[in-house]
Amino acid sequence: MNGLNQPKKMNKILILFAHPALEKSRSQRVLLKSAEKLEGVTINDLYESYPDFDVDIHREQKLLSDHDIIVWQHPLYWYSGPALLKQWMDLVLEHGWAYGKDGRALKGKRVFNAFSSGGGKDAYAASGMQHCTISQVLMPFQRTAELCRMAYLPPFWVQGTHRLDTQELNEYGRLYRKLLIGLRDDYYSAGEIEPVDCLNDLFTKN
Amino acid sequence: MYLAAAVVFVPFARKLGLGSVLGYLVAGIVIGPYLLGFIGEEGQDLMHFAEFGVVMMLFLIGLELEPDTLWRMRKSIVGLGGLQLILTTILVSLIARSFEYSWSESLVLGMILSMSSTAIALQTLSEKGLMKTGTGQRAFAVLLFQDIAVIPILAILPLLATNVIAATTTDTHTLNWVDGKPGWLKALIVFGSIAGIIAAGRFLIRPLLRIVAKTRAREMFTSFALLIIVGIAVLMSKVGLSSALGAFLAGVVLANSEYRHELESDIEPFKGLLLGLFFIAVGASVDFHYIMQHPLQILIWLLMIMTIKSLVLLVLGRFFNLSLDQNFIFSFTLSQVGEFAFVLLSFALQQNILSGETVNLMVAVVATSMAMTPLVILLNEKLILPRFAKKEEEEKPADEIDERNQVIIAGFGHFGNTIGRLLRANKISATYLDIDSDRVELLRRMGFKVFYGDASREDLLRSAGAEHARVIVIAIDSPERRLAMIETIKKHFPNLHMFVRATNRYDSYDLMNAGVLHIYRETIDTSLRVGVDVMSLLGIRKYTAQRLARTFFKYDEENLKKLSSIRDPDEYLSEAKKYIEEIEVVLQSDVGKPILDQDESWDPDSLRREAIENANHG
Repeated sequence: MNGLNQPKKMNKILILFAHPALEKSRSQRVLLKSAEKLEGVTINDLYESYPDFDVDIHREQKLLSDHDIIVWQHPLYWYSGPALLKQWMDLVLEHGWAYGKDGRALKGKRVFNAFSSGGGKDAYAASGMQHCTISQVLMPFQRTAELCRMAYLPPFWVQGTHRLDTQELNEYGRLYRKLLIGLRDDYYSAGEIEPVDCLNDLFTKN
Repeated sequence: MYLAAAVVFVPFARKLGLGSVLGYLVAGIVIGPYLLGFIGEEGQDLMHFAEFGVVMMLFLIGLELEPDTLWRMRKSIVGLGGLQLILTTILVSLIARSFEYSWSESLVLGMILSMSSTAIALQTLSEKGLMKTGTGQRAFAVLLFQDIAVIPILAILPLLATNVIAATTTDTHTLNWVDGKPGWLKALIVFGSIAGIIAAGRFLIRPLLRIVAKTRAREMFTSFALLIIVGIAVLMSKVGLSSALGAFLAGVVLANSEYRHELESDIEPFKGLLLGLFFIAVGASVDFHYIMQHPLQILIWLLMIMTIKSLVLLVLGRFFNLSLDQNFIFSFTLSQVGEFAFVLLSFALQQNILSGETVNLMVAVVATSMAMTPLVILLNEKLILPRFAKKEEEEKPADEIDERNQVIIAGFGHFGNTIGRLLRANKISATYLDIDSDRVELLRRMGFKVFYGDASREDLLRSAGAEHARVIVIAIDSPERRLAMIETIKKHFPNLHMFVRATNRYDSYDLMNAGVLHIYRETIDTSLRVGVDVMSLLGIRKYTAQRLARTFFKYDEENLKKLSSIRDPDEYLSEAKKYIEEIEVVLQSDVGKPILDQDESWDPDSLRREAIENANHG
């Protein structure tokens, strides 16, 4: 716990938000609201910016360059993100810019998924209903980050969304906001983050 | 009788590509006193009655022209129109003088013969879809100036009457308010009535139209519209002005009003009918006995007048920036002597300025020149214009040799040019067809492969490479031309894929009936985009709004097909009525349809229910 009183520097956080029907999602609305109006946090609402899937590559690359921590915030659909998030990756993470011999634009940045899923932790285990862990599910995101020379952090996970009541949802929102502020102000050390399965655990363990 | 003749001859003339004017004229000649003799003496009365068609036409033209547009045209009206009138008058007068007419006679003849026929020229131009082009605008400017010029000419004529004794005896049958009043009072009455028309249009007619419209009785509106025109025509002739001019003025005043389209669709059929009668009357009034007796004299005058008029117009057209091919159309369209000449000639006869002999000769010349016009225009199209097209092609032989474009785009207006630009931006070259030679010239300068002419002609399509192309985009304005084009293509180039622009739903039905598979309503995409943006501003997510609009579009296209199949294609309705009824049917079919939110994508409700059930069971 360093820099409690005087943060060394303020990280800039970019939330890449993807939900095709936000009006139908309780959990994502709560998360998004919690992230709003935070200094140093930019929300990039992909489905609102590119309803026709025509992603503006230059704008997106500039946004990435201007931020230190990237968040893929999305619901988990068929063991992945919504279609536009994949489209975003396909178009924005160009060879020679994001990866490859000369692709160093993202080097050293940190990235993680902030996602919601219908199933909970008990389902995502080798012995559970899904027969695999959540880190195995998120492997494509992790590999993408690593190929782009970024540090892939554990995810922030809203579990079992269908069974959550309003109070529980709001608690997730509060934690998410706390997490964003903490990451922005370098409140957590790498040593603290590395061992946890989910960033949610930072709060439960302390 | 007249109608029967028209019904027989007009479609025939159209089929032959001669235009309906010629059809009417021929019908008139055939049923006239010299061939079948169905109309005899009453032909002259018919003419007076049918002149109302001309008045209505000018009212309609006025409706199309807002005062601003008119003001912008002032240069060509005064400049082009004025010069045409003055130059033609001088030249004709000089020649008349050399035919041993007196100076005053020559001058009168010059003025009278410099008039062109508004009815024939404008009808011809609008039938060919040229009203909005440079040719059409300039021709209109000239005609308008001539209409205005009738006023001073009528005023000057009595002054030229050398035979003073005779001049005083005539006024018995012209019940005219201004005759015999001093000059200043005449002027006052004339300007007073013009101001009166403008003021009435603004402050009287519009409120009255509103009241009449509220009664919702369609015949009331029609009869009121007719009343306006008849009233103005009577008033104008009472003060000694051209009633066509008055009607035009009233049209311009009402051009800004909300009832413009309603008035248009109400008057249109009357205009068409009366104008047709007018042309028939002109045909019937061609005095073949007189022509047989003086064939040489008439022929000489005819050739001379039409040559002089064409030459003057050609020279002026050159100065007023018309390209050569447009200039030919412009000049030949206005080369005849018009219906005002009949009025002026009889007036001159009353005033004893011209002898009965001269007037007879001139009436024959005028009538034959009007009858000749469609033929001259036809000759121009078949013989002169193709030469230009060929010449231009020879200049750029490189275009012709290897390059065979897969795409032909017919019509490079606002619709076609976007398609063309998109294709060109992506290196897909296309061949273009357009009827506006200004645009053709521009496109050629920009390196497009362009052909000038009516895209529904089989030979033009063939020379544009329709045999080898894969796709033709039909983007021309006129629904009728589009249908004509589709028929030609189906007959001669059945392998060509047609992508066709449609103006509205009704137009789409016609295209569906014609068997077109790719139909594009020209405003549907834009309107839906506006709808999407409105929904977005109201807080609906953009992606959702877009999906809703796409769903709506699919539904609407389906609905179009359904409505098309239950529609009775033989039913005739006026344009405006057609539109309103169509909207009614569409809105009714919309009711109760769950257009919004038809799909359940990303909807977690059922998942949530299942999850809770499972939790309860476990």
